[in-house]
Amino acid sequence: MAYINGIGIISPQNTLPGSDFLEPVVEHTSEFLKSIEPVYKSYIDPMASRRMSRLIKMGISSAKICVQDAGIEMPDAIITGTGLGSVEDTEKILGELSKEEKFLNPTPFIQSTYNTISSQIAINLKCHQYNSTYVHRCFSLESCLIDALLQIEEGTAVNVLAGGIDEMTLNHLSIIRRLGLWKREAIRNLDLWSSKVPGALAGEGAAYFIISEERTDKTYACLAAVETLYKPESTDKTAETVVRFISENGLKPEDVDLVLMGNNGNEEHDRICNDVIEHALPSASHMVYKHLCGEYHTVSGFALYLAANILRKQFIPSSLPCLPKSPGKLQNILIHNHFWNTDHSFILVRR
Amino acid sequence: MPSRIFVTGLGFISGMGSNVQENLTSLLNLRSAIGPIRHIETNLKDELAVSEVLMTNEELMKYAGLQNTEVYTRNTLLGIVAANEAFSHACLNNHPGIRIGLISGTTVGGMDECEKYYQDFLTNDSKNSFISTYDCADSTEKIADNLGLKGFMTTISTACSSAANSIMFASRLMKAGKLDCAIAGGTESLTKFHLNGFNALKILDKQPCRPFDATRNGINLGEGAAYLVMETEETNKKTGNTVICELVGYGNACEAFHQTASSPDGTGAYLAMKKALDMSGETPDTVDYINAHGTGTDNNDLSEGRAIEKLFTGKVPYVSSTKPFTGHMTSAAGSAEAIISILGLQNGIIWPNMNFSNPMPELQFRPAGEMIRSVNMKVVMSNSFGFGGNDSSLIFKKHGIH
Repeated sequence: MAYINGIGIISPQNTLPGSDFLEPVVEHTSEFLKSIEPVYKSYIDPMASRRMSRLIKMGISSAKICVQDAGIEMPDAIITGTGLGSVEDTEKILGELSKEEKFLNPTPFIQSTYNTISSQIAINLKCHQYNSTYVHRCFSLESCLIDALLQIEEGTAVNVLAGGIDEMTLNHLSIIRRLGLWKREAIRNLDLWSSKVPGALAGEGAAYFIISEERTDKTYACLAAVETLYKPESTDKTAETVVRFISENGLKPEDVDLVLMGNNGNEEHDRICNDVIEHALPSASHMVYKHLCGEYHTVSGFALYLAANILRKQFIPSSLPCLPKSPGKLQNILIHNHFWNTDHSFILVRR
Repeated sequence: MPSRIFVTGLGFISGMGSNVQENLTSLLNLRSAIGPIRHIETNLKDELAVSEVLMTNEELMKYAGLQNTEVYTRNTLLGIVAANEAFSHACLNNHPGIRIGLISGTTVGGMDECEKYYQDFLTNDSKNSFISTYDCADSTEKIADNLGLKGFMTTISTACSSAANSIMFASRLMKAGKLDCAIAGGTESLTKFHLNGFNALKILDKQPCRPFDATRNGINLGEGAAYLVMETEETNKKTGNTVICELVGYGNACEAFHQTASSPDGTGAYLAMKKALDMSGETPDTVDYINAHGTGTDNNDLSEGRAIEKLFTGKVPYVSSTKPFTGHMTSAAGSAEAIISILGLQNGIIWPNMNFSNPMPELQFRPAGEMIRSVNMKVVMSNSFGFGGNDSSLIFKKHGIH
C-alpha cells in the first residue's frame, strides 16, 4: 500500500496542468484519439527536444509535470511501462531497412530502445537511482506499479516516479487493423458506445505518478494493491480472482463503490468486461471511460488518473456517467482492464 | 526477515552451445562462438563478426519439441529452449501449489520476423500472424504457455541489462512473498534492426572483440537466451531441489549521463556494484571474481574499469569479460553471464578474458588473461550495463557458506 502524491498526464483530454478535471470534454473525429500535447519548451530544453521524437517528449514532460505536482525535488526510483515504446522511431528504421539496408543516423535506433524514456527522464532530473522499464502489453504499467509498491515496502524508496506511456501512429494503426479487432474507420469518440462500426477505438497517452510512502496534503488517493491475471480459463475464474483480490485487501464485494471498466468498443472484449463485473461485483456502480482516451497498452494510467481524482475531489465529471446509478459514496474504486482476454489487471484505489 | 534466494535451475543457449553442458564445454575448451554471419540476410554479412546460434528456426522448433500450430519468432524459440532447460533442471512440474513467476528480458522482441515482413504488414494480409509477435511480451507469453505457467509474468527492457534486472525483480517478488519460485533471464535473437543500429553508432568491431585491451575497437553482437530458476529457502524445503548457489546481492542504478555513452568515471557502474555489494554483506576483498560487462568499446571498458578500481580500492579481484566467447547477447547478456559466473563458481574456474594482450594505460588492474583452475571461489559478481545508463550488478555465493 502506498499513496499517489503527484500526477502528470498527457492525454487526448484536457488533463494538462491548470485544466479543470476533464472540462470541457474533447471531441475527436480522426482515426485515433491523439494526445493534447503541452508546450514542450516549458519542460525540455529546446535544443535537446529538437532531436527527440514525440513519445520521448511526452514522457519527459509528463514525468516533470508529475514531479512538480508532487512538490518533490528528486524521486528515489524511475519506472516506466510501455507496450510499444517509440513506434514512430521504429517505423522510421523499418522503412529504411525495407527500402535499402542502409541507415546512418543512429538517433531513431537509440530512441526506439524501450528504456529511452526512463533514462531520458533520469538524465533530465539527474537521478542516479533505480531505473527500469516494463514492456509487457497490458501488464506494462501494472508491473511498474507493483515494482513501485515493492520499493516502498522494502524501504528502498520514499517517492517512486512510475508511469505508463504509449503512442499511436496512422501507420501502426493500419497494420494492427488487419487483425480485425480495431475499428476500420474513424468515428466520433463520444459516439463510441452507440457506434455501429465494430472494433476497438485506438488512443494513446502518458501518465506518471508519484507513489509515496506517506500520506501528505498532496495525496490524491491510496494505491492499495495491483494484481495481474494471465489467460483465465473462464469469466468465472476472472470473477473469482476479483473477489479474492478485494478480500485480500480487507474488502467485501459490496465495499467497492465504483468500477472503472476496460470496455473499448470491441463487442467481444466488452462482453468479457461486463460479465466479469456482473459476476464479481453485482452491486457496484460502474463506468466506462475509453471514449475519452481510446485503447492502448498502458491505458490503465488514464484510469488511475481518473480514480485518483474522483477520490480526492469526491466528484465524477459529467462525461463519465455511472451505471446503474451514481455511487452513494466514493471510498473504494477498482480498475479492471484486459488485453484481448489474455492479460487482465486489477488496481484497487482507496480514498 | 526476507527469505534467502536459491538458484536451482539453469538453462542456456548461445553460439557456444544449445544447453548448459555444451556451453561449459566450449568455455573449458576456449572455443569462441564469434564468426561470420550465417543466418541473417543482411548487407553487413561479410562486414561483421557475430555470435549466432547454429540452429536454424526449424531446427530450434524441433529441438524444443514444438508443433507448427503457432508462429514463433527466433527470439521466442531461443527463449523457449533455455527456459525449458532451466525448468526441467529444477524439476518444478512435480510441485503443485508453488507460485511460479516468469520475468523475461528482451530488447528487440520479435523484430526478427517483423523486419522481414514489414512491407507485407503495410500492403497485404499475407503475414498477419506475425503482427502480434512483434512486441516484447510475445516471447514471454509463449515461453509461459509452453511451460504451462499461469502465474505472474512480465517483461523487462532495459537494453543490455534487461536479463539482470529480470533476475533482480524476480528475487524481490519472492522476498516480498509474492512468488515462491521464478524463472528469470532474457532472450535475444540477432536482427538486421539492431545490427544496423549498433553499426550506425560505430561501435561494432569487425574483428573478434578485445575487452579491456588498449586496442579494443567495439562489440561483436551475439544471440541466445539464458534463464535461472530461483526459489525461496522455504520453497526449496518443499521442492528438495539441489541448490546451485545463492543470489545474495543485486543493485540497479542509473548513469543519468547520456543515452548511449557511459560517464567517464563510471558513476552508474560504481553505484550498481556498490548497492549489490552492500546488500550481499560481502566486502571488496571477499569477492573472488567479477564477470565484467566488458563490451570491448572504448567507452564501456574505461568507465567500468574505473568504477571497479574505485570500489575495489587497492585489491581488484579477478576480472574478465566473457563476451569474446559469446558475443554481446544484449538483453540476454545479464542471465548468460550470470550462468557463466555460476559455472565458474561451481567448478572453481576463473574464465579468461580472451583476446587481451595490451593493458589499458588508464587502468591499474589487468583482466585475467589465462584460464585459472582449482580456485577456491565463494563469491562472484556479474555486471550488466545498458544504453541509457541502466546499470545492474548481481552477486552469487556458493551455497552452504556463511
